[in-house]
Amino acid sequence: MNIIEFTIVVWAASLLAGFLGSLTGLGGGIIITPVLTLALGVDIRYAIGATLVSVIATSSGAAAAYVREGFSNIRIGMFLEIATTSGAVAGALLAAKIPTGAISLIFGLVLLYSAYASSRPRRERADDHRPDPLATRLRMNGSFPTPDGTRSYCVQHVPAGFSMMFGAGILSGLLGIGSGAVKVIAMDQVMGIPFKVSTTTSNFMIGVTAAASAGVYLGRGYIDPGLAMPVMLGVVVGSLLGARVLTHAKTHWLRIVFGLVISIMAMEMIYHGLTGKF
Amino acid sequence: MNSVQKWTDPYVEELIGSLLQTGVILASAVVLFGGSIYLVRHGLAAPQYHVFVGEPTDLRTISGIVRDALNLRGRGIIQLGLLLLIATPIARVAFSVAAFAIQRDRLYVAITLIVLAILLYSMMSGQG
Repeated sequence: MNIIEFTIVVWAASLLAGFLGSLTGLGGGIIITPVLTLALGVDIRYAIGATLVSVIATSSGAAAAYVREGFSNIRIGMFLEIATTSGAVAGALLAAKIPTGAISLIFGLVLLYSAYASSRPRRERADDHRPDPLATRLRMNGSFPTPDGTRSYCVQHVPAGFSMMFGAGILSGLLGIGSGAVKVIAMDQVMGIPFKVSTTTSNFMIGVTAAASAGVYLGRGYIDPGLAMPVMLGVVVGSLLGARVLTHAKTHWLRIVFGLVISIMAMEMIYHGLTGKF
Repeated sequence: MNSVQKWTDPYVEELIGSLLQTGVILASAVVLFGGSIYLVRHGLAAPQYHVFVGEPTDLRTISGIVRDALNLRGRGIIQLGLLLLIATPIARVAFSVAAFAIQRDRLYVAITLIVLAILLYSMMSGQG
């Protein structure tokens, strides 16, 4: 295979990654990392660099549409970014001291359960519309467009959600991937935020954390232009397609796609935990 | 209409959307341009990604990347586009500080400044 053929294969895989990543709020790493390392035999360090580029491109590409259309909640995103960015710094410091294999394994098992929990529609609780006073103080309650008109929502359990986001940040610092899944689950399952708002706000947030790491990995020589070029160009096109689909998609179907994608991610994490390879 | 009234949340969202879109389009155009040069010059060679050697120094630092790009080297131009891409979310956070300040939302100015400080800290700590 020459470089032109290699570029086309990577571009096509990245298109799919950007599409699924923007639709689920997970970024594209779950597709790109295994395609590069397992199918194309790329060294994991180049794959990490390419994956970070894909996450930033998915996030920024789709966020332009999500923010304008009123899906992403900027205040929720900004507030929770304190937890994710400081968690990522802590995770990077811990990475040298903690066996990441064991963490991958545990995280994989947690994700398998979450895939099951989040693919079911959230049950409407009696207290579903009672906001957390902290959420009101932080002006987090908002509204988003649905086919039946604008729907408003209240945010619950802010401290618990914030703590989970800190955990998500630590995981992303430790393992390099996987923080998008915890972000969506924390907003959807814990904070009671509507699913489309959760995935698009996660999508909005992941680019910032990835950009901070990308600066570090660029300095270490992990970001190869020949590899990152098809990844970025594919992901941007895919994420724009994903953003168009999400607007009209039924939440029920998005939950199923999300559940499937994090199941795959869970398998990858368990495989990585057991073998030490990606 | 004074500036505080004009800077409503939907207006700020529109501006942030435009900022992200501009960043992505600009970065993609630069990467596409550099990629074309790279593929024309090296497209028929074999890819060498199974062994990690790391990028040469000129593709790791901002000054080196700018120098390579000005010499119209394909890989340098792609790397410049990637720098624009990496800068886009950081610019979004910096712009948010200004937007919340114009809205006189002190709480969110503080929140956004904390995020920006952590981001800059983690970028600086990685450069050492």
